[in-house]
Amino acid sequence: MSSATNELYQQVILDHNKNPRNFKALDHPTCMCEGHNPLCGDHVTVFVNLEDETLKEITFTGDGCSICKASASLMTTFLKGKSRTDAKVIFDEFHKMVKGELNVETTPHHLGRLTVFQNVSNYPVRVKCASLAWHAMNSALDRVTVTSTE
Amino acid sequence: MKASTTKEPTVTPIPFELEKIRADFPMLSQTVNGKPLVYLDNAATSQKPRAVIDRIMRYYTEEYATVRRSIHKLSEKATLAYEGTRKRIAQFLNAPSERNIVYTKGTTEGINLVVHGFGGKFLQAGDEILIGATEHHANIVPWQMLCARNGAKLRVIPCHETGELMLDEYEKLLTDKTKIVSVQYVSNALGTIHPIKQMIALAHAKGIPFLVDGAQAAPHMNVNVQDLDCDWFVFSGHKACGPTGIGVLYGKEDMLNRMDPFLGGGDMIESVTFEKTTYAPIPHKFEAGTPAIADVIGLGAALEYLSGIGMENIAAQEHALLEYGTEVLAAIPGLRIIGTAPTKAAIISFTIRGVHPHDIGTLLDQEGVAIRAGHHCAQPAMQRFCVPATARASFSFYNKKEEIDVLAAAIKKTIEVFT
Ligand SMILES: Cc1ncc(COP(=O)(O)O)c(C=O)c1O
Repeated sequence: MSSATNELYQQVILDHNKNPRNFKALDHPTCMCEGHNPLCGDHVTVFVNLEDETLKEITFTGDGCSICKASASLMTTFLKGKSRTDAKVIFDEFHKMVKGELNVETTPHHLGRLTVFQNVSNYPVRVKCASLAWHAMNSALDRVTVTSTE
Repeated sequence: MKASTTKEPTVTPIPFELEKIRADFPMLSQTVNGKPLVYLDNAATSQKPRAVIDRIMRYYTEEYATVRRSIHKLSEKATLAYEGTRKRIAQFLNAPSERNIVYTKGTTEGINLVVHGFGGKFLQAGDEILIGATEHHANIVPWQMLCARNGAKLRVIPCHETGELMLDEYEKLLTDKTKIVSVQYVSNALGTIHPIKQMIALAHAKGIPFLVDGAQAAPHMNVNVQDLDCDWFVFSGHKACGPTGIGVLYGKEDMLNRMDPFLGGGDMIESVTFEKTTYAPIPHKFEAGTPAIADVIGLGAALEYLSGIGMENIAAQEHALLEYGTEVLAAIPGLRIIGTAPTKAAIISFTIRGVHPHDIGTLLDQEGVAIRAGHHCAQPAMQRFCVPATARASFSFYNKKEEIDVLAAAIKKTIEVFT
């Protein structure tokens, strides 16, 4: 089981797990949300600085499995600079991809490098790990401050 | 790593034929992700021997009818098998009589029954309920619900870093206010075997009744409820090679007599008028409605199967697996075993530096190894050890030493992926 051939644990995911990007709190976020997965205790807080409907800054803190952390980390790098509307569209597509409802090979999408998470759909118990930070981000944009995967 | 590569068996020869026993369990020859299944999630639930599966099949195909209600021959036969299992359970626990044996859905229902039938009747505001630091949620939440209803207070016996309960603290917590103690015999999260007999004696010295959560004990060791002198003992069939949906509450006769029924309905009554109902005698007073007949009969077959192997043999084999597993896992760099009490059941909870338990679970699964990763329905225990979750390998008498080697190899691969 070399890491390169593991369909779930892609090298990018392992890298972001080990060296998460934007892994810090923001002092004065315009919105933030704490996400919980009550099943496993994973928790992620997402901080956003929204200026003119654009995600000027997005960071996260928390603790969870590699899929959860890497997903949060990649999300922050991907969404930074995007508009609120685009972030919502990407959230929807990402969520569908990990649930196996969007085939990124055959359907047009805006997920770019986030497709490293496409195989999560083969691991139903890990779908919530991959989507926790996204739910938190989405709720933060809706000015909701606490969310849960349940 | 010495232990897993050595060819010398470190497990003492077992007095039963392992391969023959394994052949009794159809699930053990399944493959997962193209690999032979290595089933190490026995603390969650055990696999079923063919004897149990066949017995349930026979009931459904040749003997099916309800119990205790109908006059016909089939019902009579079903009743005989159903009530006969009660005798077998009484023997299994060394209970004085089958009257002490109440059928439940499982450990969870058994505890709820005592909470409701005893706690609900006899506990008042200010009274204290004492539980251990590493209880399963099933032995925490029902008590909290009772406290919310009647103003009683839940107190917790703290535990040492090893997972052992602090007995000196326990003695201090046993006061005039304590009205019941409810403690697990064996921790499902850490494997600790608690000195339950001694704890029962200490409670009884102050006249306090004692409920034993035996979910992780009954399937793995000889249990003698009269020797323990517990007031109640509960366990689940599905962890003891039996079906899901069936469990046992043992209660002392006078306790069961004093308690309120749990559910009301058919089969638990002596006579009903719109003015007044008198309840059936124990144990039927606690068994309203058409029961899980097939599952009761299946549990009977399971206990017969376990007794056929011998609980001493089972305990010895599982202890050998625990010792071997502990040696092999402890030698893996970065692996921390949580729960290091000197007396343990065959449960090894562990964490790996830099690898989340969920990732351990998924990567082990890719190798065909089934373990549990999570909080094991014991979140307060996890908090006590400052971890959000652990990975847990739990062994049964049908596991082999070679499977522990597969586990160790899969763990090492997991560590490689993450470093
Ligand atoms: C110690 C302990 N108590 C209670 C339970 C609950 O058992 P059940 O879910 O079968 O009711 C379990 C099972 O996970 C357990 O291990």
